[in-house]
Parts: sequence; structure tokens; C-alpha cells
Amino acid sequence: MMTFFIENSSDILLKTWEHFYISMIALALGVVFAVPIGILLSKSKYISKVALTITSVLQTVPSLALLAIMIPLFGVGKVPAVIALCIYSLLPILNNTFIGMRSVNGNTKGAGIAMGMTTVQSIVLVELPLAIPVIMSGIRLSAVYVISWATLASYIGAGGLGDFIFNGLNLYQAEFIIGGAIIVTLLALLADFLLSKLEKWVTPKGLRIEGGHAA
Amino acid sequence: MLKIENLTKIYRGGKIAVDKLNLDIQEGELIAFIGTSGSGKTTALRMINRMVEPTSGRMTLNGKDLTKMNAVTLRRSIGYVIQQIGLMPHMTIRENITLVPQLLKWPKEKKDETARRLIEMVNLPESYLDLYPAQLSGGQQQRIGVLRALAANQDIILMDEPFGALDPITRDTLQDLIKDLQQRLKKTIIFVTHDMDEAIKLADRIAIMHEGKLIQFDTPDNILAAPANDFVKEFIGSHRLIQQKPNIKTVDEVMIKPISITIEKSLDEAIRLMVEKRVDTLFVTDGDNRLQGYLDVESFTGARKTKRSVSECYEKDIFYVKTGSKLQDSVRRILKRNLKNIPVVDEEHHLVGLVTRANIVDIVYDTIWGDEEPTTSSEGQTVSDSFRELISG
Repeated sequence: MMTFFIENSSDILLKTWEHFYISMIALALGVVFAVPIGILLSKSKYISKVALTITSVLQTVPSLALLAIMIPLFGVGKVPAVIALCIYSLLPILNNTFIGMRSVNGNTKGAGIAMGMTTVQSIVLVELPLAIPVIMSGIRLSAVYVISWATLASYIGAGGLGDFIFNGLNLYQAEFIIGGAIIVTLLALLADFLLSKLEKWVTPKGLRIEGGHAA
Repeated sequence: MLKIENLTKIYRGGKIAVDKLNLDIQEGELIAFIGTSGSGKTTALRMINRMVEPTSGRMTLNGKDLTKMNAVTLRRSIGYVIQQIGLMPHMTIRENITLVPQLLKWPKEKKDETARRLIEMVNLPESYLDLYPAQLSGGQQQRIGVLRALAANQDIILMDEPFGALDPITRDTLQDLIKDLQQRLKKTIIFVTHDMDEAIKLADRIAIMHEGKLIQFDTPDNILAAPANDFVKEFIGSHRLIQQKPNIKTVDEVMIKPISITIEKSLDEAIRLMVEKRVDTLFVTDGDNRLQGYLDVESFTGARKTKRSVSECYEKDIFYVKTGSKLQDSVRRILKRNLKNIPVVDEEHHLVGLVTRANIVDIVYDTIWGDEEPTTSSEGQTVSDSFRELISG
């Protein structure tokens, strides 16, 4: 096992980096699309039902099939992989953004409106800051999903740590499979850890304080 | 000032929440909307700042038609105290207080100055400005909720069951605060409540609503004296109608002269004064006879060795009533808070009198045994003081 890591060290670094940035681009795109859509959906009951159903359906398409569909549409390589992974990351983020925005205390929202906030001000100043913990947990969930699914992206020529695993499968080399899997797992854990730090950092301070009345 | 004409709200499905409401509210009045649940009182209140859009009718504020104004602009010009407090949990107390000024894009210095000025007004330390709502008690939070409605110098303040979520004692303190703020700042306040005691205690005029209609709109005294119909009578409750019967007395008629000491005196002088006047409580005033606090025998325990002057050990937390307040309110407060006595102050906070438990005994005696001249008001101080010793001893 150690020989695998030593002999392929430069390749491992390269593939890990590849894996990491494919996942992160997909996740970033997912956030860019899903959060604003989630916010819009939280403002309309009817459309939200339809939209959340559509994304749920997309989620049930087997990931390998989704990647295969990408080939006739976008060819092979990193671009179709990123698109497919991005689609996958949508649902948890969208769902959590929607739930987070909806779960903001109605009285707090009402106070903002009664003070004379416009809809946009209410979203930016009240709802979004209060929804951040929930949205962030959706992003963390998506990050872990995307990193593990990015393994499959190697199937359509996107590279990444999946290359080791698929090579291992083709060549009957167990250490390639296990080695690749270990690194993917570590990467997922690392991403989750970093995002949890980010979550702490972006959560408004007032929400982190528990009770404890001042004298 | 605020004129409401034929204001009506019909919800989808045809339910008439408010039916042709007509009110004429003067500047500086404290108005209570009261009624059972479903009477339309909250809907009526919320139509004033257009949180609920009226179906028909007119509202004019100093001649300006509110229904034609931009709703957002309108809301920024009307203070609103929401039920269940509704502070922003992710904002500091400072940010919460200056929320409307923030929306109006005031400069930072002006906002900070406002926050400092306001928090001082409700007797909370300035350091609280940097705390978050979760760090304050419910009563403190709602005080901030009230300040938030005052921050942008709104002339009208709407309150939607502002004290519903609070325990009785905190509620009582906040009611006093509202009354005090309103008298000091001359704001027009309209509040919704289902608590008749609260309405009687606070309001200049009470609007009693039932099934969307205004049943009676008058001063508490007039409503108690002449309920418009059986519904009002029932709503007020028979016990209040009986209470109201005896001629209404104010604290001024029964209060006695309090023994006071100025703040810079030494403790020895204070004790000598207590012994000489045979009292256990001294009221601490500044050079101008303005009430600062009190000093009682308990303040001395242990303090005498380390502290030498009145200013070091007097109690600043003191309940008082204003001259002209109704006697029954003061009595209620003395009993509810288990106070020995309650000082009376005038508009400028000068100490002018004192109502003690002994006075109450006199009044009870008076009511039960009839017309004999009460022994208090004029030369009766010694009598009351010995009574007071009896009670406090």
C-alpha cells in the first residue's frame, strides 16, 4: 500500500488537485444557481413545489447515467463533468435555502416589514442572515456528495482521483482502488471540515450566543 | 391628527374583519383598541401602517391621505411595537434600536447618539448596546422593542399587544414605562390589548370593538360610568363597575409629607434623622428636591463600616407615582409589589408626597366605617408614621 503512495506521489498530487477543483467549481456553480433560486422559491408557494419536484427527480437519475448523457451534449472532459456535478449539487442547497428562508420566524420578518423594509431589504438584512446556518449545512452536504461523485467523472475523461480507481478496476490492482478511495474520503472530510469553519465564520454572532442573560 | 373614516377590511371569502370604523385621534393621545379575539382590533391597527391593506375607507394623518402614500415610506414614519417582541436576533441591541434610522440612511454618528440617548431613557446601561437580544431578559428585550419604535422620531406609535408575552410584574413595569415615555415625549400611541386593566391603566380613550364594529369610544372613566350596552358591561366585568363607584380619589388627597435627605449627607446624619423622625425609610433627593432613590434600615446593615455617605449606599431602584394618579392604581402597586410605601413625584420629578400602607388602612377604614374625617391628610403625620412602624416592624 505504501509503495502505491510513494511510487505515484506526483501523480496523486496532480489527480487530487484535479479532483478537488472539479468538485469545487461544480459546488461553487451549484451555490451560485441554487441559493438565489432557493430565495426566489421561498417567496412563492406554488412555483416552489414544482421546482423542488423537478430537482428531486434530477437527483434520482443515476449519476453514471447523467454523466453518460453529458457526452452527446457536451462531449468528454472536464466541462461536462462539472455540469453534471453541478446539477447534483443543486438539490441539497436549493432545498436547504428554501427551508432556511421559510423557517425564519414570521414575527421577526413581520417586524422588519412593519419597520418599513422593502422585500429586498427584508431578504438581505433579515431572512438571509438568519437562514445562513441552514443554507451552509446544505452546502456542506453537497460538497461531500460532489467530491465522492466526482470519482465517476473520470469515466467521461475528466480526470481526478477516479482515474486511480478505474485503472485499478481494469488492471486488477487492489491498492489503486483502495488508495484512490482513501484519498477521496480524506478530501471529502477535509472539505467538510473547512466548510464547517466557514459556516462558523459566516453565521451572525448574535445567533451563536445561547441564552445566558446579562445581569 | 389621525382621522379614520369608514375604514373597512373584507378578507377574501367575504369575512368582514373591520366594518366601517370611524375614529378621530388627537395628537398626544394614548388610545387602546380592545376586544375579544376576532373583534378586528389587530386588523384595524395593522391597516394604519398598511401591513393590512384596507378594502375601503380613508385614513388621513394631518390631512395627508395614508392610503395613497407609498407603504414602505409610511411604515418608516410610524413606530411599531410587535407582539412577541420580534427583535432581530442577529443584530446587536444598537442595530436593533436604530433599525429604522438605518433604513432611512442616517449618518452613523446620529444613529449612535440616538441609541445612547434612548437606552438611557429606559434605565439600561449603555454597555447593553453591544449585546445581542438573546443575552437580555424578556422584559429588557421588549423595552428595546419599544425604543426601536421611537428611534426615528415617529409621531405615531402602534403597539400590537406589546406586553402579552411578559410576566405580570414585568408587564406592570413596562406599562409604567410606556405611560411615562408617552407623557415625556408627547407621542400619539395606539395599542391593541385584550386586557381591560391594561387599557384602563394606560389609555386616554378606549375603543371597544366587537365583531369588526366599534361599540364604544370614550375615556375609561366614561366607559366605566356609562357602558354603551350589555356587551360593554359584560366586557368590563362587574367587579370593575363596582370599584368605580366610590368617588375617584387621587394620591394628592391622601399623601403625607415624606422625610427626605439630600444625597451628599453622611450616614450618621441619616441615622440621626431616622431616629428623630421615627421612620425607617428616608427618600434621597438631590439639591433640587428631585427624587433619586431611598435609604432604609436594610441599606445600613453591613454598610456602615465601609461606607460613610448617603450617596454610596442608597437604593436607586425606586417605584413612584406621579401627582394626579388615581389612588387605586397606587394601592394596587403597593400590594402587588409588596412595597411599604410609594413616593409621589411631580412632572419634574420633585418629591412631593408619600403614600404609605398606613394611608391605605385609613382609606379602607373610611370606606368601611363611613364618613368620619380621616386622621391623615393635615396634621396626621405622626399617626401614620406610628402605623408605618407597626406595619414594617
